Amino acid sequence: MERVLTNYIRALRLAGAAVSPAEAIDAARTLTVVGYGERATLKESLSLVLAKTVEEKAIHEALFELYFARASGSPLRTPDAEPRRGGVQDGEGGEAAGAEAMLDLASGADPDRLAAAMEHAAAAAGVDDIRFASQGAYFARKMLEALGVEALEARLMDRLETRTDDARAEAQALMEARALLTREARKLVSQRFEVFGRAATETFMNNAVLNRPIDQLAMRDMERMKVLVARMARRLAVKHARRRKVTNRGQLDIRRTLRANAGYDGVPFEVVWKRKHRDRPKIVAICDVSGSVAAYVRFLLMFLYALNETVADLGAYAFSAVLRDVALPLERMDFEAAMEHIIVELGSGGTDYGQALVDLQDQHWDQIDRRTTVLILGDGRSNHTDPRLDIFAEIADRAKRVVWLCPEPPGRWGTGDSEILRYAPFCTHLSYCATALDLEQAMDEMLMAYD
Amino acid sequence: MTAIPTPQGLTSIDAVTAGLSTVGYISTRSISTAVYLAHHLRKPVLIEGPAGVGKTDLARSTSRYLGYPLLRMQCYEGLDESKALYEWKYGKQLLYTQILKEKIHDLVADADGLDASFAKLNGFQDLFFSRDFLEPRPLLKAMEQTGGSVLLIDEIDKSDEEFEALLLEILSDYQVTVPEIGTIEAKVPPLVMLTSNATRELGDALKRRCIHLHIDFPDAERERDIVRARVPEVSAELLAQLVSFIQLVRGENLRKLPSISETIDWARTLVLLHAEALEPTLVRETLNIILKRQSDIAAVAAKVETLTHAAAQAARGDLAPEPA
Repeated sequence: MERVLTNYIRALRLAGAAVSPAEAIDAARTLTVVGYGERATLKESLSLVLAKTVEEKAIHEALFELYFARASGSPLRTPDAEPRRGGVQDGEGGEAAGAEAMLDLASGADPDRLAAAMEHAAAAAGVDDIRFASQGAYFARKMLEALGVEALEARLMDRLETRTDDARAEAQALMEARALLTREARKLVSQRFEVFGRAATETFMNNAVLNRPIDQLAMRDMERMKVLVARMARRLAVKHARRRKVTNRGQLDIRRTLRANAGYDGVPFEVVWKRKHRDRPKIVAICDVSGSVAAYVRFLLMFLYALNETVADLGAYAFSAVLRDVALPLERMDFEAAMEHIIVELGSGGTDYGQALVDLQDQHWDQIDRRTTVLILGDGRSNHTDPRLDIFAEIADRAKRVVWLCPEPPGRWGTGDSEILRYAPFCTHLSYCATALDLEQAMDEMLMAYD
Repeated sequence: MTAIPTPQGLTSIDAVTAGLSTVGYISTRSISTAVYLAHHLRKPVLIEGPAGVGKTDLARSTSRYLGYPLLRMQCYEGLDESKALYEWKYGKQLLYTQILKEKIHDLVADADGLDASFAKLNGFQDLFFSRDFLEPRPLLKAMEQTGGSVLLIDEIDKSDEEFEALLLEILSDYQVTVPEIGTIEAKVPPLVMLTSNATRELGDALKRRCIHLHIDFPDAERERDIVRARVPEVSAELLAQLVSFIQLVRGENLRKLPSISETIDWARTLVLLHAEALEPTLVRETLNIILKRQSDIAAVAAKVETLTHAAAQAARGDLAPEPA
């Protein structure tokens, strides 16, 4: 019976619900308490012991139905629980016996036995390892081989060559049996794919999308990407939501200690230690929305706005020729509509980093203070205008950190009209940022400065 | 681990449901299973869910129907072991120092030399750090119960992460370590319930040690049962209507959804006002009982007529099958 449980736990893990070995042991203990008898109880119990968040409970809910909905009759039948029957698995059973046994199976006289044989074959063929839907035919064939279909096929060939009416009738029966068994096998394989393979495929696709450069994403990846960005943002929010108190042990805060002990005539009963002050994250994002970078900006802003539980203080500015505050449309409008609006409004015109910095200094200078992280997303291609390094240096001076994310690979930095290498000395952090994973990492580092 | 006797109320899942209903707690299968497993697996239950769905009340009701004492530990930021586990009785220790000071002369009078005096005093060394000077706080108290107990650690998400780490020893081994004394093991492991409103994500280490129960808003039928159990005076018609109304309100896009406790309060209010059925004006006047935000109240007040009408219709549908 343990196999049923361990396989189920494996399926849960594949579907993205983390189950630790300790929890697996708990589940096994739970089963000794509640037993396999009642399906509803089993489901509730496993949900209580194995799934520890609402999302995991939803995964469990869906998977339990799939997993324990095996074939007909008793849902919890397992290969090892069934006594081995007939010559079905024993390939040595001889050609005739094999074919006879298979005909017998396919006759439909004993559906339980057929189901059991299918389970056996599935175990022998390793169907639980299925990853992709396209492997279905392969696994079905392996199952049939495990059932001993070769004996049946040999017999079928033999009958087809013998041109008598009897032989033709038998060949017909054999073909039907083979078709039925194939159908059954395919059914079982596709069900196992739902349990073990579907989630794995999803994970594979997700990873593929995350590792693809953002400007090469196809339109159909966008929906998937949105979900993933939300998930990454949630993960970061959880990670950084809680700023731990850090006491500088051993460093006496004399002022506070004196104050706290004024009531005891200055005798220091209560000692107050110095504490590290923690800033609340404040981010000012400055985004180049010219054609070459627009796709990246979209994800950066999506990410930043998904993070707004953690980063309450968020400013967003977009520019190509001139710089504007875009926080308002992003907050008020639907995200897609807001992006559209921003790009139409600001996206045209030659990129001018110098002018953007001048605008920032003129209009939004008070937004940058010592707890601000200035986040710049752009390729630093300024159409040979004055990069205004003096203003940039001043920003670097005022702000806590200056982080520059560049969608261009380092090899092209400094070529043509790229000014990025001249800005680089003033940046706390400058990195090449092409995929969603790079973006997540950059965000993580940025928030780390406030932990 | 020694076998712990199973009380009558924990012999089966149905027994738990029945037991809880005797003290007016309407359980679901999942809640009862959690309590049942908590006892049989010796594991704490971590209860999550929106505010006011009966998380704390589950612990209270469990202790009541089992006849166990309830030890409650309210968590807050800055909670530490001296408030949760144990504290030394400083006053008593000081007093004893005074007594010792007076008696010390008699004790060492017959010893000559410093070394002999020290040797003599050695025997008293542990006096100040013994069980007699220990002030047990809720967690230690729970370990000391001999007849079983329910330990409620309320709103664990409000405490610091350090406190969570402190709990791990208690939750997995049912023991408390006092450095000066040693390890104190639970005589009878308490039934531990932790509640959380998910203001922060709890650590994996804690979650792994617990059975995780998520209580959500109840469906209409269970909510009616709960209100009937708590406010028996309410008429069947009013009950059906007000529960349908609350269920409809939960479908609206509100900042803070009304929970069961609000439904019960509302039922009490309506009974006090001698209401027999929901009327738009009455609803509008009492909206502040079920909704706690001005913007929410404004949003629902605008739709009171349609909601009341829909609730009345839904209630008729619900009442029809059972003529009683």
